[in-house]
This record gives sequence, structure tokens and C-alpha cells, in this order.
Amino acid sequence: MSTPTRTPTGAPEHLTGPGSGGVGDDAQRPDGVLKVRGEFAYGSDLWMADMLWGVTLRSPHPYARIRSVDTSAALATPGVSAVLTSDDVPGEKVYGLELADQPVLALDVVRYQGEPVALVAADHPETARLAAGRIHVDYDVLEPVTDARTALGHPTWNQVHDSTAEVTELSRESAHLHPEGNLVRHLKVRTGDPAPTADVVVVGEYEVGMQDQAFLGPEAGLAVPAEDGGVELHVATQWLHVDQKQICAALALPPEQVRLTLAGVGGAFGGREDLSMHVHACLLALRTGRPVKMSYNREESFFGHVHRHPATMRYEHGATRDGELVYVKAAIYFDGGAYASSTPAVVGNGGTMGIGPYVVPNVHVDCYGAYTNNPPCGAMRGFGSVQTAFAYESQMDALAAELGMDPVELRCRNAMEEGSATPTGQVIDSPAPVAELLRRLEAMPLPAASGDGEVDLRDMPGGVSNTTHGEGVRRGVGYAVAYKNVAFSEGYDDHSTARVRLEVVGGEPTATVHTAAAEVGQGLVTVEQQIARTELGVERVVVHPKDTSVGSAGSTSASRQTYVTGGAVKAACEKVRAQVVARAERLVGRTVPDLRLAGGAVVSDSEDITVPLADLLGDDVLEETLEWRHRPTEAIDPETGQGFAHVQYAFSAHRAVVDVDTELGLVKVVEMACTQDVGKAINPQAVVGQIQGGTAQGLGLAVMEEILIKDGKVRNPSFTDYLIPTILDMPPMRIEVLEYADPHAPYGLRGVGEAPNISSGPAVLAAIRAATGLPLTRVPVRPEHITGT
Amino acid sequence: MDFLQPVTWAEALEAKAAHPDAVPIAGGTDVMVGLNFGHLRPALLLDLTRIADLRDWQVADSAVRLGAGVSYARVISELGDRLPGLAMASRTIGSPQIRNRGTVAGNLATASPAGDAHPALLAAGAEVEVASVRGTRRIPIDDFYTGVKRNAMDGDELITAVSVVPPSGPQQYSKIGTRNAMVISVAAFGLALHPDRRAVGTGIGSAAPTPRRAPAAEEFLAGELDSSGLWESRAELPEATIARFGELVAAAAAPIDDVRGSARYRVHALSVMARRALTWAWADHRSATQEA
Repeated sequence: MSTPTRTPTGAPEHLTGPGSGGVGDDAQRPDGVLKVRGEFAYGSDLWMADMLWGVTLRSPHPYARIRSVDTSAALATPGVSAVLTSDDVPGEKVYGLELADQPVLALDVVRYQGEPVALVAADHPETARLAAGRIHVDYDVLEPVTDARTALGHPTWNQVHDSTAEVTELSRESAHLHPEGNLVRHLKVRTGDPAPTADVVVVGEYEVGMQDQAFLGPEAGLAVPAEDGGVELHVATQWLHVDQKQICAALALPPEQVRLTLAGVGGAFGGREDLSMHVHACLLALRTGRPVKMSYNREESFFGHVHRHPATMRYEHGATRDGELVYVKAAIYFDGGAYASSTPAVVGNGGTMGIGPYVVPNVHVDCYGAYTNNPPCGAMRGFGSVQTAFAYESQMDALAAELGMDPVELRCRNAMEEGSATPTGQVIDSPAPVAELLRRLEAMPLPAASGDGEVDLRDMPGGVSNTTHGEGVRRGVGYAVAYKNVAFSEGYDDHSTARVRLEVVGGEPTATVHTAAAEVGQGLVTVEQQIARTELGVERVVVHPKDTSVGSAGSTSASRQTYVTGGAVKAACEKVRAQVVARAERLVGRTVPDLRLAGGAVVSDSEDITVPLADLLGDDVLEETLEWRHRPTEAIDPETGQGFAHVQYAFSAHRAVVDVDTELGLVKVVEMACTQDVGKAINPQAVVGQIQGGTAQGLGLAVMEEILIKDGKVRNPSFTDYLIPTILDMPPMRIEVLEYADPHAPYGLRGVGEAPNISSGPAVLAAIRAATGLPLTRVPVRPEHITGT
Repeated sequence: MDFLQPVTWAEALEAKAAHPDAVPIAGGTDVMVGLNFGHLRPALLLDLTRIADLRDWQVADSAVRLGAGVSYARVISELGDRLPGLAMASRTIGSPQIRNRGTVAGNLATASPAGDAHPALLAAGAEVEVASVRGTRRIPIDDFYTGVKRNAMDGDELITAVSVVPPSGPQQYSKIGTRNAMVISVAAFGLALHPDRRAVGTGIGSAAPTPRRAPAAEEFLAGELDSSGLWESRAELPEATIARFGELVAAAAAPIDDVRGSARYRVHALSVMARRALTWAWADHRSATQEA
């Protein structure tokens, strides 16, 4: 096994100083200063003279038939230029990431509260909103299906309704939400003995609430009609080309006539993978012949994007008395809401990785994704792995308690390592330091006990709200470890395209990197620059605006862009470099084996050769464009789940230390510690930032973040009542970054963004359990759960 | 929407008399949220921020008279010693930006049961000074809250100031939120001990249609302190007294289940907060003696 090349102990003092800005340096973000100064233009800042404002009329009902839509009063409103319904969609009237099942505008049925029904364009947003209110929609309201197991007819875990049963929830015809039924996907993992027995068995049922991505920049874009009859869309998104494909289908236009450019993205976390206002703005622009801007407000944003799937899960773990796992059985239900979005892939992750990074000989997992009339759920950071981690890590703690074992010891005893087989029969062929991540956490010092010395309210559960001066406060410590696939899986042709150009501009050799990979705040633009600097030995690297004039980069999701687009940029740079070296060799008239690019010149270490690029290139422009792929994965067997499903895994572990006011049920997370193997930190500061951010988002789900739904209706579509952690909720962190190279990946790197989001929450939950002694099987944990009220 | 910006108090009162449905705006921390969400579409906004008099506070008739335009941030930094309960409540409000803009008078005008200042004002026995072209009147805080987001003001009236008598004894304030800052109250409790008049003041927030006091708890505690001579002896409070006080405070609440918390939790939390607040306040009362 390779050894870690860097084990930083904290952030940011350990980080490397400003270097050459290449791979491994804390290169400064090109967008950083603008963002800090508030000068960065986000999608919501887009503006054109003469533009119209587009507004969406949405269904107030979670489930209803539409009898009629009358737009006449809206159209008669002064200032209104267009009012559109599904009749005005010229192409495909439904779209979707994996299954085309979601109407661009409602057809005859609305299946969730907030489903778009009609559009208005007007010369002022208030006018457009006023007119939208004048559209009369006659609804025949239906009883919504609001529970995944009910939707599937599973009254008990994994148990389909007996067809002879007299009454089922599905007896109503309207309870069948889509023509193919309410099942989106059922994934089975079967390995080992189908009827295993064990000395010690623990059973648990768990529930995870619906989390929102809570990005701060709401959905926004500007569509501009083009002279060729097409449209140019500037939009804040995660994957320009998958947007383009769906927009083309809806508009019945070829890709040449639907040109997308990335607008400034204020966070994404998966919530921008599905279309929001994209087609709508284009429809309005093409109808009116004028630029149309659409920008959701905060409340509409909660209805305008998919959320994290809520999950209900039942797990059974069997182990020997020595604490060796014998079997795991699991039934996992994801509520996909009204439309499929990426539910099939979420089920894929939840099912294939649903028992955690442990070696288990006998595994029986059923993972379901269901249609309901709840808000559509799809991609969110951690993608199907966040939910199961709460369950399997809670089970490991329950099993440790049953065995009288230390929870870390139990985990380490069963931990995956390089060479282990996953439950899907995949042998892990790169480092998998699960036990080391845990042992390193364990070795870190614990924070000082609370209540030592003067009470600072900010350190107390409740903060300056002054609810305790130490009364009722108990401390708990919890551990969790998780793994997550990096990049797209199950045989998907996952690739990225990079165009790299090298030329001399103003006497300085300059590289230009052009990809369609969305920068959503994670820092990919920095990584692209760093790779080009390292591979081409130049300082100045221009990142071309992200658009569809270059091939697809795939999605900014699944922790994949540094790996896949990074790989594409690296490969394109290598081709450009080969051209440069060939030129240099022609110049010196012979082959020099160790020619390389550094400091803006072609140099050799063995010979005294320095050919400045400025001289070598003159006015010539060298450019290479290529598609780059990671190792292919394969589809899994539909009956057993066996197969090489995932190209790479990311591993992280957390230790959470919490103080809980056990009388009031309030939680203060005192410290979060994280260890993560990143293979190679391309930008260490950005890696630490991902770990901090992922940790905060996981903590949020554990203690506060939930979209509350009642009868299919969202009760808290605002940041007043959908709470995300503040600086007083997110504690200081200890972070150790390990760099065990993955030999299959560019630079040996591993995707970073998601793993810390997965192990964080379960560690917090474990710590709260430790502090309170309560079982706590649902997240977010509310004060009511702790106080029994 | 029309926008009026009077520069004198007289002009403001005239404008309000002429347009009783005008919505006054000072810090804007409630009004702007309502406008941005489309929940509030007033025909007229009455901006009070140009009226310099409203931004002052002074001591008059042994009470602090807090102008309607004084921000929470100034209550915290300038009045922490004179109005400790209100300052503690102010500290729990929003973010630094909100505390720089928001005002106690705005809290009163909105009269939300979740308004953070109300329990402290109730416990301290504040008076709200309101004015119109017809004249000025002082509304005891007990009579001010008349329903969910309703108060005792007439359509032509504006809040001039809030008067609070600096306490003769300790005050406490506690608020439950489901995160550790920037959160709307799930339940809140204010307590004031008034040794000068041998009385106890309480205030409950977010646990009834209006902010309200817990009179039975006040009377019980004042009675216990009286009958056992505890005001003077400053001896330790019996556990049973503390527990009973908590129960009576909780019993005064009439909460609902909502998106922020369950009714049962609110009742439970009030009893815990009341016990703790009393414990801390009594400890302050006892240590005050040692210093004296």
C-alpha cells in the first residue's frame, strides 16, 4: 500500500503557501475576490435592455385533475406579453433526467404542490405576478398519496399487499400516480447465504426527513431569442448539456439552435441538476421575440427544485459474539415524490452501498424508489448514501452496545480494505483505509469539558438565548464512517470534454481551458487552471466561459468533476504538450528524452536546453480537444445486484462531540473531527473547504434541516422555518487529509465533495444518543424527540 | 404603492390620521419580509426613519423612555444595566444586521406572539406610549396585546415610545429555538423580581395567541417569598417552590402544535425555563445582598 504523502492536522495553518499555482498548491480562485467583494454576477443579476420578466403559476394542490385553464384575464392585463400553457410547448411535453415523466407545464393532472401550470411574461415582475394570479385554473382535487410504502402497497417492510386483501390504500384508481405504477426502481442485492443465522442480532427501523440543498442563489436565467430562430440561454445550472438535450426536445429545436452559457451559480448541491426555469424562459422568449428573465424568490425556490429523498429503512444485522458481521438484511424506501428525476440512480447508490464500508459475507438488500404526491426528490450531495449511513451506522452502534464492544473497535474489525469485496461482488482495487480513518480520529485529543470556568453562553446549547448555564447538559461522543461512489456508475458512459489552447498573448505564453463543466462554487475553475499550469508550465491560464460550444463535461455532481473534467483537461494538455515538445525537437534537430515544460519554456534537465514558448510558438496557436473517460463500469445484475458498478470510492470518517441540554432537548455540537482520504489534494485549501461544508450540511440534517410536509403540502418554504446551521451551530473542526493515491485516477485523486456530507450526520446522531441514552432513530432530531414531548 | 417620509412627528401623525391603513416602517425587519414574500401589499408605507426624536431614549419619571426608533443593538449596548431583561431579549433577536435595524416598537406594532421583546416587557410592567392627532395615551403592556398580531392601537395611532421602570431586582430572559442563533422563538420566558413592591413579573412568548403573563405563578411566588420572609432573608429557595412556579408558568400557556414545535414541548420547555430563570434570578438576588 502506498503511504500518505501529507497528513495535515488542521486548517488552514498547515496548508502549503502560495506556490506556482499548480497541482497541489492552494492556488487562489479566479472568482474569489469578486465573490468576497459582492461583485460577482450571479444568475439573478442577469439583465438586458428591453427584457421581459417571466413568472410561473404553480399548483396549490398536491394532486388534482385540471378541468380547464382560462388565461384571458391574465392576457388582458396591461404590460403582459404572453401567457403560455402546455398547449404552447411545441415539442415533447414531458422531460426528465432519467425518465421523461415530468410535464414542462401541467397536462391534465398536477401531481405535487408547486407543479408549474402556466407562464406569464410581462414588462415588470409585479405585473407578471399579478397577471399569473388572474389565470383561472379549475381543479378537481384528488386525495394525495403521501407515503412511499403506502404508494408501493407495502403495509409491512418488504411485504407487498396480499392481492386478496379486502382494502388496500391502492384500491382507488387515482392512487396509481403514473401509467407504469408507483414503483420507480427496486434494486436487489443478494450475496451469500439467503437464510443466515448469527449469535447476536440487532434490528432497527430508521427514518430520514426531507433535506433541501438550501443553495443561496435562487434559480435564475435569461433567455435571448436569436436571429436564426433559436435561443441563447444564460442559466445557473449544474450540467449544461443535459439541460440542452431536454430543452431541445421540448422546443423541437436542434442543438445548434439552443445555445447555453453558464450564469453565475450560487451553490447547487444537486438541486440544479433538473430543469427549473430553463424551458419556461425559452418558451416565453421565443413567443415574444424578446429576452426573458426568470428569477425565483426564496419561497418559489423551495418548490422549484428537487430535494433529498426522505427514507424509511429497516435493518437487521447479525454478528458473531466476537463482533464479526455475519449478515445484513435491509429494506430501504426512498420517497421520490411526484416525478422520477434521478430516483433510479439514488436507489442504485442506496442499494449497492447501503450497508456501509464493511465486509459482510451474507447480504440481502431491497431498495425501493416510489412515486408519491410529495415534492419531487432527486439529486443532493451524498445521493442515496446519506440516508442509509444514518441507518447502518446506528446499527453498528446498536450492535456494539449489544456485544459490549467499543463502537470504533467493532467498525475496525469489519472494515473494508484494499482487496475487500463489496456486497455487489466488486473487489476494491485501490486503497480503502476505513480502519485507519477511524483510528486517527480516535487518537485526536478531545475538546475540554463544558462548564470549566466562566460560562460563555455561546458555548452552551441554546447559545445567547440563555436557556442553560450548564443545567441538564450532558456530553456525548459519536463516530461514523462512510463511503460513496465517485462519478457516474452502473455502466453509464461517463465522460468529459476539454479544449486546451496554447498561444502567446502580449509576449506571455497563455493557456486557455475550455470545458462545459459547471462551476457552482466548488472551485473547479481553479482546478482547471492548476492542471494547465502544471502540465504546460505556464503561469497564465484563462478559463473560457462555460458553454455548449464545446462538448459535454457531464454533471457537476457525484464528486466527479475534478476526476473526470480534471482528467480531460490533463489529457488535452498532454496532447498540446506533445505538440510543443515535437516543435522543440524539430528546433534542436534531435530527440531529447526529458524535455518538459516549465517556467514558460521547454527545458531539459539533462542538457542545457531552454526554449522559451514565446519564441517557439510565435503567432501559432496550438489547440487540442478531446473526450476523456474513466474506466468503464457495468450494469448490475437485476436479480443479485452483482457487478462492477462503481469506478471509485471515497472514504471519510467523523467524530462528533456534542453537549445536549437533556431537559430542553437542545444540542450544541462542540467539535467535529474528520479524516478523509482524498488520494491527492489538487488544491488542499479547497479540499478542506469541501470537508467543512459537507460536515456542516450533514450536521444540519442531523439536528435541524427538514422540509416539513403535511398531506403533500410544504409547511416551511422559507429560511425562517427551514433552518440551516449558523456559525454558532457549526463548531471548529479538526481535519486530517490523507493522500493514498488511486492508481486508476488522474494524479491519484479521489472525489472529495460528498463523503464528508455522509459521515458527518450519523456521527452527530451517535453523539446525541451517547449523551442522552435515547435510541433516536429519526433525523433531524428535534427537541421533542429528546424530551419525549 | 405610495411612500410617505415625514420629517417631524406632527407630520407623521397627520399622515397616519389621513391614511389609517398606512403601514409604518422603521427598521423594516418585519415589513420588508412581508413585502418580499408578497404577504403584505399596503397602499401606503409611512417611513418613520427621518424623525430624529424617535431615535432617542431618556430617563423620565424614574422610567426609561425608549423612543420608537431605538434599535435592539442600542438597547443591548446602552441599556444593558438599566433594562437587563429587555437587553437579554434583544440579544436573542436575529442577526447583528437585524439587531442594528429592528426596534422594540416594531415588535409591539407587529404584536406577533413570537415577538422576542414581549415577555421582557410584560415581566417588567412596561407602558406603551401611543400618539395621534387626537393626543397621546399610555397603554399598560397588559392591555396592549389583543389577539394574534393585533394590538390595542387605533388606526390613526403610532407608537411614540415604550416606558420601562428600571428594576429593583434581578431579571432573566430565556428563549427556545431549534438552532443556536437567528431563530424564531418556539417558546420564551421573561422574569422580573420586584423586591421594592414585593412582586413578581412574568412574560410568556410563543405559547398562546398573544404574549401573556402567568398571574397565578406570579402570585404564588410573591406569596411564598412574602410568607416565608424570603425577600429579606434571601435564604435559598425551596426546591418545591421552584418546581411549583415552573408548573404554574407552564399552566398559564395555551400553545398550539405548529411547524416550529409541539404544544406539549412548549409547555414542558416553559416549566424548565421558568425554574431555571427563577434559580438564576434568586441567585442574583442573594448575591446582591452579599455585595450590599
